Amino acid sequence: MKPVEIHTPLDQQTIENLKSGTMVALSGTIYTARDRAHQEFQKLLEAGKPLPFDPGGQVLYYAGPSPTPPGKVIGAVGPTTSYRMDPFTGFMLEAGIRGFIGKGKRSQHVREQLVQWGGVYFATFGGAAAFLHTRVVSSRLIAFPHLGPEAVYMLEVADFPLIVVNDIYNGDLYESALPG
Amino acid sequence: MADSRIINTTLIRDAIVQLIHEASFQLHPETHKTFIQMRDTEEPGIARQTLDTLIVNDDISAAAQVPLCQDCGSVVVFLEIGQQVIIEGEQLNDAIQGAVAHAYEKYYLRKSIVADPLQRVNTGTNTPSFIHVDMVQGDKLGITVYLKGGGSENMSSLNMFRPTAEEDEIIDYIVQTVRDAGPNPCPPLFLGVGIGGTADVAMLNAKKAVLRKPGSFHPVDYYRELEEKILRRVNDTGVGPLGFGGRNTAAAVYIKEAATHIATLPVALNLNCHSLRYRGIIL
Repeated sequence: MKPVEIHTPLDQQTIENLKSGTMVALSGTIYTARDRAHQEFQKLLEAGKPLPFDPGGQVLYYAGPSPTPPGKVIGAVGPTTSYRMDPFTGFMLEAGIRGFIGKGKRSQHVREQLVQWGGVYFATFGGAAAFLHTRVVSSRLIAFPHLGPEAVYMLEVADFPLIVVNDIYNGDLYESALPG
Repeated sequence: MADSRIINTTLIRDAIVQLIHEASFQLHPETHKTFIQMRDTEEPGIARQTLDTLIVNDDISAAAQVPLCQDCGSVVVFLEIGQQVIIEGEQLNDAIQGAVAHAYEKYYLRKSIVADPLQRVNTGTNTPSFIHVDMVQGDKLGITVYLKGGGSENMSSLNMFRPTAEEDEIIDYIVQTVRDAGPNPCPPLFLGVGIGGTADVAMLNAKKAVLRKPGSFHPVDYYRELEEKILRRVNDTGVGPLGFGGRNTAAAVYIKEAATHIATLPVALNLNCHSLRYRGIIL
């Protein structure tokens, strides 16, 4: 099955076309953020301050890459387990984020928030971090350098492979994949 | 008394750096073969494509010298020290921690260890590693380096059964744990099962279990059959590669049993992700 090509920032029509189980090739800018970066985002939002980037329609990638070796644009860059970011997802949707990339199941509450705000949760290939590094065109550290691997990187990706897990219609790939 | 043998810690340092490098950038050849076998028996579609991607990932990692996984793991070091060995040089702990710090810097591996579980400041060196020592007969020193990712570690489980529990209760618990974990620990899993001992021994045995020689069978028939039964049941869940659905939820089940108390029957589970990273050497 040929993947659906999409670009960031995500617009309303793109989001409406994404159904649970759809294979996607994403190109454009995405932002890495994992546990500690989400805590920092929450602090900024609660203080009424802006995020380090314009979140409108943007996509977060739950990932903490390995260090970039000389001559490469990034190190290994696979997804981390997403449920740890569940408590922060509502804040991110409210701020304007519309896509989330990770691996693993989301809570019922997050699934409802995705429906409510019109956001999509994608999985990519967990543990295929060397493969995924070949789909990153450039990377730049843009916030929280003191967090080391948990800092926020702006990545330019080309044909980054995703599969839609939770769509805006309350679909869930992980549930529908199980027999019975 | 048998002759003693001197091993200098510089040898141990060099060995650990080398083992971390080998484990981080390439699956064991037998593990790679297991993935090809799984791919060939997997359903077409996303399940097979996932296994293809994991096979390609191994190839790219080795060729480009980019780690198999961005989570380069906690380093768990198992030492089997022969009673006749005399360790000379620096403090053994310093040698091991120094080797880990050096390897993680030199090979651009991610440093994922925080010094304190509640204060959570990254040590910046991926140390400390976690060291387990067994004293054994002989004049050799066995070192196994095991790199364990945090996502799969979070799916670990321990259950203290009644000593009269039926085998099926234990199997049901294991299957339910794997099913509930679903995509989170990055299946196909290498499932380590520690049975018996005390709670801590069972957990440690669940770790040691997955370090059994790839493709080898449990030496006891009863446990070999139990491993096969658990593997079949786990694969019947349909969780599949990375939880996208399919036939291969686990690549292998490895049991390590131990003597236990008349009142207890601990069962511990180590859900190792598909990226099974370890290497060993005997000095």
